[in-house]
Amino acid sequence: MVFFLADAVSHARGSAHAVLEGPDISRALIRISHEILERTKGGENVVLLGIPTRGVHLARRLAAHIKQFEGRAVPVGSLDVTMYRDDLRLRPARALGRTELPADGIDGRVVVLVDDVLYSGRTVRAALDALNDLGRPQAVQLATLVDRGHRELPIRPDYVGKNLPTAKSEIVKVYLEENDGRDAVLLLKEDDR
Amino acid sequence: MKRHLISAADLSRDDALLILDTADELAKISERSIKKLPTLRGRTVVNLFFEDSTRTRISFEAAAKRLSADVINFSAKGSSVSKGESLKDTALTLEAMGADAVVIRHSASGAPHRLAGWVRGSVVNAGDGTHEHPTQALLDAFTMRRRLGSLDGRRVAIVGDVLHSRVARSNVLLLATLGAQVTLVAPPTLFPVNVDSWPCEVSYDLDAVLPKSDVVMMLRVQRERMNAAFFPTEREYSRRYGLDRDRVARMPDHALVMHPGPMNRGMEIAAEVADSPRSTIVEQVANGVTARMAVLYLLLGGADLGGEN
Repeated sequence: MVFFLADAVSHARGSAHAVLEGPDISRALIRISHEILERTKGGENVVLLGIPTRGVHLARRLAAHIKQFEGRAVPVGSLDVTMYRDDLRLRPARALGRTELPADGIDGRVVVLVDDVLYSGRTVRAALDALNDLGRPQAVQLATLVDRGHRELPIRPDYVGKNLPTAKSEIVKVYLEENDGRDAVLLLKEDDR
Repeated sequence: MKRHLISAADLSRDDALLILDTADELAKISERSIKKLPTLRGRTVVNLFFEDSTRTRISFEAAAKRLSADVINFSAKGSSVSKGESLKDTALTLEAMGADAVVIRHSASGAPHRLAGWVRGSVVNAGDGTHEHPTQALLDAFTMRRRLGSLDGRRVAIVGDVLHSRVARSNVLLLATLGAQVTLVAPPTLFPVNVDSWPCEVSYDLDAVLPKSDVVMMLRVQRERMNAAFFPTEREYSRRYGLDRDRVARMPDHALVMHPGPMNRGMEIAAEVADSPRSTIVEQVANGVTARMAVLYLLLGGADLGGEN
């Protein structure tokens, strides 16, 4: 997952086009919340774990929707996968994100991992390894706002906001209100960078 | 961050905060049932100890192992050093064995700096003579930050044998970088000559400094390094510069008592003070592993910076 923060908004006004706008994102999240409730028989036993940074915001939003629909408070946490990545040696050591598990842990729970963009699948692999050291969930599922394809590992999402066919040279950027002041998913050509 | 950690002065404010923030996250690992991360798998850390040490060596070893690095322990006793091998030849041997990091403790100030010129891996200073001990300063700062929040504007008194203390020097440098105000307290004989060039204040009067200190860090009186009479008797030293119950009562309620260990109970610190709830001495040991994990991760966890220093 590649994030470019500060320079993002100015680029977005150029030739990049928004694949999802604010209302599209919230519709997608509402649908995913319903799907999670459907697949997990009302969200019993579910724990939502967001992958920092934006996955955590998405997980909180999903929990809020679930609370609204079913009245059930699903535990939300964050799972930083930095120490488990397989590409650490390709870049200088990076700062760690936050890992915060719900008080009751993840043993025997249905863990839904939440991330913003699913691409090579390597982040998810790292997340699975991290989970392995933290406990033994009954099942692990994967929710992503955007699936842009180009998997390099046998990993598939259970819940997808939008399937977005991309070229490898393109860049998908996700902006969320909590982090970037607005909701949007942009697709940029390489030369827009 | 630089490739080596030789001096606390190598760390910019951003570097230091990055290490402390990383340590904050890594502290949670110690609370898990599986206290291990795969991050440094396949990397080799050599602990090169020319001077006796228990806590620092064990702490570095635990830190490296928790990050899945391979650890080779080397102590001068029982090695070729006792046959007269030079530091450089020892370094070249380690180099040939493919050490990614060398953690060195040496009685000569400057040994880690020399070593850094000979090996390709990162060099971490684990105490060199009376010069520096940067990871001790990091774990102390980490301990203070966990107890007190930000270090900006905090007043820290470092008391005792400043002359022989590498801990004092590293702490003064790092704490100044982090925005704390340090006062060194010692008898005039136990200050280094150039202490007025350090970024701190100096006092001979412990009782005057105590009431305005957020942290009081006691230093061990290093008798093994003392080759002259620096104070008349231990008893007199203890009465003027030892931290006892009466002195603790004069400190603010939130103030911490720290000691890098090993302690001379009854000399610079009274046993009941060392064991009191405001003492962080045991916490410092646990935090040492965490802080050193952060350092090893940040030095070794990323891309090889290829000779950049």
